[in-house]
Amino acid sequence: MAAVRKRRNGEVSVQPLSGLPSAADQPAPAKPPSRVNRDRFLLLAMLPGLGLLLTFHYLPLLGNVIAFKDFQPYLGLVDSPWTGLNNFRVIVEGDPIFLTALGNTLLIMLLQIGVVFTLPIALALLLDSLLSERLKRVVQTILYLPHFLSWVIVISIFNELLGGSGPINTFLRRHDLGTIDIIGNSAVFKELITGQVLWKEAGWAMILFLAALSRIDPELYEASAVDGAGRLRQMWHVTLPGLRSVIVLLLILRLGDALTVGFEQILLQQQAVGIDASEVLDTYVYNNGIVQSDWGVSAAVGLVKGLVGVALVLGANRLAHAFGEAGLYRREAR
Amino acid sequence: MRGSAPAVTVRAVKGVLLTICCALVVVPFVGIISTSLATRTQIVNSGGFVIIPDEVTFAAYRALFTGGVVPRAVGVSVFITLVGTALSLASTTLLAYGLSRPGSFAHRPVLMVVVGALLFTPGIIPGYLTIDLLGLIDSYWAVILPVVVSAFNVVILRAFFMEIPAELVESARIDGASDGQIFGRIVLPLSKAVLSVIGLFYAVGYWNAFFGALLYLNDSAKWPIQLVLRTYVVNQQQLGVDQVGTAELPPQEALQMAILVISIVPILLVYPFIQRHFSKGVLVGAVKG
Repeated sequence: MAAVRKRRNGEVSVQPLSGLPSAADQPAPAKPPSRVNRDRFLLLAMLPGLGLLLTFHYLPLLGNVIAFKDFQPYLGLVDSPWTGLNNFRVIVEGDPIFLTALGNTLLIMLLQIGVVFTLPIALALLLDSLLSERLKRVVQTILYLPHFLSWVIVISIFNELLGGSGPINTFLRRHDLGTIDIIGNSAVFKELITGQVLWKEAGWAMILFLAALSRIDPELYEASAVDGAGRLRQMWHVTLPGLRSVIVLLLILRLGDALTVGFEQILLQQQAVGIDASEVLDTYVYNNGIVQSDWGVSAAVGLVKGLVGVALVLGANRLAHAFGEAGLYRREAR
Repeated sequence: MRGSAPAVTVRAVKGVLLTICCALVVVPFVGIISTSLATRTQIVNSGGFVIIPDEVTFAAYRALFTGGVVPRAVGVSVFITLVGTALSLASTTLLAYGLSRPGSFAHRPVLMVVVGALLFTPGIIPGYLTIDLLGLIDSYWAVILPVVVSAFNVVILRAFFMEIPAELVESARIDGASDGQIFGRIVLPLSKAVLSVIGLFYAVGYWNAFFGALLYLNDSAKWPIQLVLRTYVVNQQQLGVDQVGTAELPPQEALQMAILVISIVPILLVYPFIQRHFSKGVLVGAVKG
């Protein structure tokens, strides 16, 4: 203990100032208090949060052993027999529903990175080019409100507006223009959920880009204008490089969630459009595991999905470092 | 350099685009509120959705709040939100503070635990097993406890605490303040703004809690407002006399939209506060470091 205490004593401490009237009402102890004792308030402070994280984040990680077991509810997790990698056969051998879920997940992910990721950048550029600060503020405030609504609310709103009795279809019907069939139509489900994500999150994603835009040095624009750069060249050579680090950061974060595409959102609408169009990995885990009690297989799929996610974040981050970007985490300064 | 004529066109196009974007957000809200206030005749005439009501009636709200599922669900949601937010703020603040003093005992391993929690999110099945193991199925704690500590918020708050000048803390210590007093009298008052933003984010999260409740609360009497919304609005289950407090039923559309409004109102109430702090860049700064 003593050695540890001596080794790291970089902190400014009151003890050396022996002449000053300090907290030491009692006679000073023969040796300085141990670090545990000195930091007891900090240690106690960390306990509740640490306990909750260990119980609800790390204990479930242990629960992943169910992926290697043939789980029998009446036997419990500990006594259920081991099955090795048997539960992973769904993935390796390509169970048709699993493959549907994987295919849908990848398709939706590509669609969403293509649309939901790029449009907020365009929106931010558009808003940034406005001159009036007040107008900017008002538009921002309106556009990122939907971020705070739950998926249940967002889907209710979409159903109400685009559904059979919604205002759009009522209008079309009254004018003999036919109707648009969007809600509950499996053919356009992926486009619909992309639209929903866009409605909910575009404004929120936009403000991060706006913050980055506001940090670009105006002198860069002036200098490029002096050099004869037009609007488009300025955007290419000044604006987009200024956004690069935020774009990289958000892409990394999105990659970590690449296999997570709107779980609650899809679960809420699955009844209407059916499994083929809507099953993704997370809903597969839920439907197959919780609803149909195929615990081991679902846990195996969930485990692989989680590991792929971590690998993607770490890989993307390494790539970002390689390109000279700060990425997700920086070296610990200070 | 540029002529003024194209600038006018460009400005007009920008104006139109932004107006469309804002309308896409605002018009649905107006329509929902209007429909919840509209009369039966107008709802029937308009095909189920009213943009501007001719005549305003509060019948739907009166029916919903007289009794039945909605008051109970609102009560549950308020309970989960208040208790959850209080626990979240307390444990997040304490954990972040414990991690923020340089060179303190054991802060590195604890920090690893927090960062690890950011990377590894527990899966659905193991999460369910844990709640089952702890005997929390059908308990409100199952909805609250797993999300009390957000590792992300701990990291943000820790970064904020570390920005507090060390001189401030040291001078208090020389004046004889204990760690607890330093935390309560210096650190907390300096962090009011960031704590209120984090608290509001937690509160919005608890109010919107859906999947946890779906997974762990089998007893429909314990459902929060989001599950009621799913059952009666998304899944279009009819609200009968048993579900509302009055024998005379307002139109289903009005009832559904009124539930929707009830679930949105708390968000709208806290939104200006979030917005105000947000424009100060509290979180944007923290996110980007």
